[in-house]
Amino acid sequence: MINVENLTKKFGDFTAVQNVSFSVKKGEIFAFLGPNGAGKSTTIKMLTTVLQPTSGQIQLDGKDPVKQQDDARKSFGIVFQDPSLDDELTAYENMYFHGVLYQVPKKELSAKIEQLMTFVDLWDRKDSLIKEFSGGMKRRLEIARGLLHHPKILFLDEPTIGLDPQTRNHLWSYIQNLNKTEGLTVFMTTHYMEEAERIANRIAIIDHGKIIAQGTAQELKQQTGTENLEDAFLKLTGSSIREEQASGLDHMRAFMQRRKGGR
Amino acid sequence: MNVIYIMWLRQFKRYIRSRSRIVGALGQPLLYLLALGYGFGQVYAQAGKGNYIQFLAPGIIAMSVLFTSMFNGIEMIWDRQFGFLKETMVAPVPRFSIMLGRVLGGATVATIQGLIVFVLSFAVGFRLHLANPVAYSFLAVVCMFLISMLFTTLGTAIASAITDFQGFQLIMGFVVMPTYFLSGAIFPLANLPIAMKIVTRIDPLTYGVDGLRGSLIHANQFHLGLDIGILTVLTLLLLAIASYLFSKIQI
Repeated sequence: MINVENLTKKFGDFTAVQNVSFSVKKGEIFAFLGPNGAGKSTTIKMLTTVLQPTSGQIQLDGKDPVKQQDDARKSFGIVFQDPSLDDELTAYENMYFHGVLYQVPKKELSAKIEQLMTFVDLWDRKDSLIKEFSGGMKRRLEIARGLLHHPKILFLDEPTIGLDPQTRNHLWSYIQNLNKTEGLTVFMTTHYMEEAERIANRIAIIDHGKIIAQGTAQELKQQTGTENLEDAFLKLTGSSIREEQASGLDHMRAFMQRRKGGR
Repeated sequence: MNVIYIMWLRQFKRYIRSRSRIVGALGQPLLYLLALGYGFGQVYAQAGKGNYIQFLAPGIIAMSVLFTSMFNGIEMIWDRQFGFLKETMVAPVPRFSIMLGRVLGGATVATIQGLIVFVLSFAVGFRLHLANPVAYSFLAVVCMFLISMLFTTLGTAIASAITDFQGFQLIMGFVVMPTYFLSGAIFPLANLPIAMKIVTRIDPLTYGVDGLRGSLIHANQFHLGLDIGILTVLTLLLLAIASYLFSKIQI
């Protein structure tokens, strides 16, 4: 379903992703793990047509996200790592707009929205503007929105960050169910190792832009001689803490601060 | 079609929800009308040109349309920073329809803003002395919409190419303000020095202001058909450029 060969992305002198190759079979749940700044999100961006690779080949359901962008976009859905809701719209409007953009049939749309917003416990807040929402509520709504249409491949970039254990459990059982009943292929990243161990069929670990290990959770544990995936992960990637580059949002906060300070 | 409509609706809803923005965007044109209108009114009358408010009002309508539409286009930088742009960039629909919906929404908002300034200008003494005021007001709205389309598209093209706010001030200073001041919005284009004449003829807003003046006070420099023609052709050209840049956006 997903085929990646020798994928590389350079930003000037910095190589964010270096010669990465992997493949994900149809109906598989694939976890892509790595410390902050390892190249996970950069890889997802290239897979989802919003970033041009420097070199390498990608195929999504047989389509090339570089050359056949429109076709490739039809085959996947994504929950981004950072927020992508419209603050000035209500929760319901965000869902509805997504439904139209992703061409969910009109007949099903309102029922589907109600079902998913109930699922993430936000139905009673459907007419509130997003700017009144807390971080966790926004996260839940983003997840509900990502599940509104049923693509062949679902990308989940750290979907459970900032969620309580109840919601996390809830979410993963929903995803597993979709995976079983509809054969949905899932490509996920997470920092919660026990999630990956429990959910994923296969795992790849990336560090400094390179894939350093691949296999089932069992294989990774055997390979490193550890008891659980977290230990295996730490053994493979070391225990130093990584610096991540500032995101666009950080730049903007700094900009706003400067403007306020100037007056 | 649905996609264009939903993107239009989004721009429109954002506008009607931000009352402070609506009111704030009216302060400036009102100030210009009052300060320039009454400040230069005497000089203008003594030069034998008649009533300056009559001359100025179409120019100030064009100004507020220009500012609002450029802002609506460039506003996309906010969407990029706050993340909503990503949501639309991965949607399984042609990026052109997304962009067109945005542009149409922004242009609608700018046209409404122009209409509000048009109505306000009556409060400072502007009058229509026309045989058929309804038809010509409608023609003026057509001109406002064309100006809106042109500059929303330009703003969108620029916002597709730049990624942060640092560029925003630059564009205000080197694109928006010159476009406004060199368009004949506040002074007549007749008998200008040759260099100024050339510059004003290059400025697309000149034809927008002229179209508005032609409709509202029947005092145009060029043929109204030429004004509308130039605005339309430029808009189509910019749509092609913006569409290309928009399709190349990376996050």
